[in-house]
Amino acid sequence: MFKRLGETASIVTIEVDGKTVRARTGDTVAAAMLAGGIDHCRTTPVSGAPRAPYCLMGVCFECLVIIDGIGSRQGCLIPVRDGMRVETQQGKREAGR
Amino acid sequence: MTGPSDLSSSYDLVVIGGGPAGLAAAALAARAGVSTVLFDENPGIGGQIYRGITSTPIKNRAVLGEDYWAGASLAAEAKASGAQIVTGATVWSLDPSRQVGVSIGGEARMIQAHRVIIATGSLERPFPIPGWTLPGVMTAGAAQTALKAHGLVPEGRVLLAGSGPLLWLLAAQLLRAGTTIETILDTTPRSNWLRALPHLADFLLSPYWSKGLALLREVRAKVPVIPVQRLSAHGEGKLQHVEYQSAGKDYRRQADMLFLHQGVVPNVNLANAAGVAHRWSERQLCFEPVLDVDSGSSVSGISVAGDGAGIAGGTAAVERGRIAAIAAVRAVKPSASVPDPQSVRQRLQREELGRGFLDALYRPADMFRLPEGETIVCRCEEVMAQQIHDMAAKGCEGPNQMKAFLRCGMGPCQGRLCGLTVTELIANERHTRPADVGYYRLRPPVKPITLAELASLPISEAERKAVER
Repeated sequence: MFKRLGETASIVTIEVDGKTVRARTGDTVAAAMLAGGIDHCRTTPVSGAPRAPYCLMGVCFECLVIIDGIGSRQGCLIPVRDGMRVETQQGKREAGR
Repeated sequence: MTGPSDLSSSYDLVVIGGGPAGLAAAALAARAGVSTVLFDENPGIGGQIYRGITSTPIKNRAVLGEDYWAGASLAAEAKASGAQIVTGATVWSLDPSRQVGVSIGGEARMIQAHRVIIATGSLERPFPIPGWTLPGVMTAGAAQTALKAHGLVPEGRVLLAGSGPLLWLLAAQLLRAGTTIETILDTTPRSNWLRALPHLADFLLSPYWSKGLALLREVRAKVPVIPVQRLSAHGEGKLQHVEYQSAGKDYRRQADMLFLHQGVVPNVNLANAAGVAHRWSERQLCFEPVLDVDSGSSVSGISVAGDGAGIAGGTAAVERGRIAAIAAVRAVKPSASVPDPQSVRQRLQREELGRGFLDALYRPADMFRLPEGETIVCRCEEVMAQQIHDMAAKGCEGPNQMKAFLRCGMGPCQGRLCGLTVTELIANERHTRPADVGYYRLRPPVKPITLAELASLPISEAERKAVER
């Protein structure tokens, strides 16, 4: 989907659905997922269709993911932190998160 | 990092949005000695045009171009001005008494503002073609953000489609970064040239003219540009190919990434929810706030600056931010010295000269604004164009009633990606004007917040006693 221009100096690692993804300090969660080759970040509550980040500027809400246990976070607005646990969000939001 | 505990409970001026308008406004007001805070929900300042200006990993200045780097001095000026600049701060509420609800790092605060400048900018106009929800289809703005803020470029078979200056700028930036763009599918209707012609003289006097021409030349030398009249994206679970019609013939082309763009429109959500009156702009095919000469809105003490006040571009946004800030300073601290607003207005007029031409030339075609059949209009609730047509034909008069019937506009994006399409579809079906149909009535919170964030709001002893038994 996307590749990085050149090497990056400072690397953090996050976990996406249990898989380790290397990211650059300063990446948002959505950017790290796009660079990490993760092809969708959620499925829709209505039909279960896969969705990936669309606008990357906080307006489309397609990049909603579960971050450290809290659901429906906008991945494109939240910077990565080392050890962050991200999960793709499946269908309807689950009760309790 | 500024946290909620670093905030005062009130400010003379709260600026919402850290793009060119917000940065210029905050800098001017703070320098005049007005207590100023600027909130931006992104991790850094710059807005979309100067996205990542203080942190971009792109070191080769030629890639993003000198117009981008002009944002650096604006950001530096704002930082040095004494304004408190808070990033990662989501404003989710603003009411007519100018109480600002803001969340920072999961904690919320209510801030009282004497004056508010809304500088929430623009968003890309909805581009509802078949398949626009597929992973692999993104906005041109998204590709630009990925490049500016993160040093990311698309790979595989990359296509751009649509109309408007940003599409060409993105193409040039991607090419300079070494990306191969297979094709640009140009949706600009040919008849637009006739509409644009009367504005040509002004355009030739504007700074856009020579820059725009150079950009077109740079891109056209490297990428084939195909005028198209139809466009759709296809694939199983992700984008695999694009279909289009050009000069009456149908084509199909393999694709991995498709970047769509047909202009930008004001992001009205916060202003609308604050009760600011808006009107339909037939010239720009969108709703814009009704403002006086000082950028003041219909709500006392709240003004709107930058592209959120009607699309005029980033350099115009700077001047519009200053005009709003001068009015704010004069209201709260009449003794302070401020620049002469007349000279700011003159600069603004120069910046706005080319706009009429661009609006006419890049007016998106009806068929890309008025989708049909199974094309999704509301991405969040997956409402199709035919459903909107049918409901409007049955007598549904406006977008707010449409919510009750179809849930369109009621998902997490709160109508940002479907509002204009729904309004135009209803107007078209009912043979009336978008101005008469109106827009979604928006209410706070304009961004989703958790109950924990609400519960974190500080409460006084009296407030606690009022509800405790």
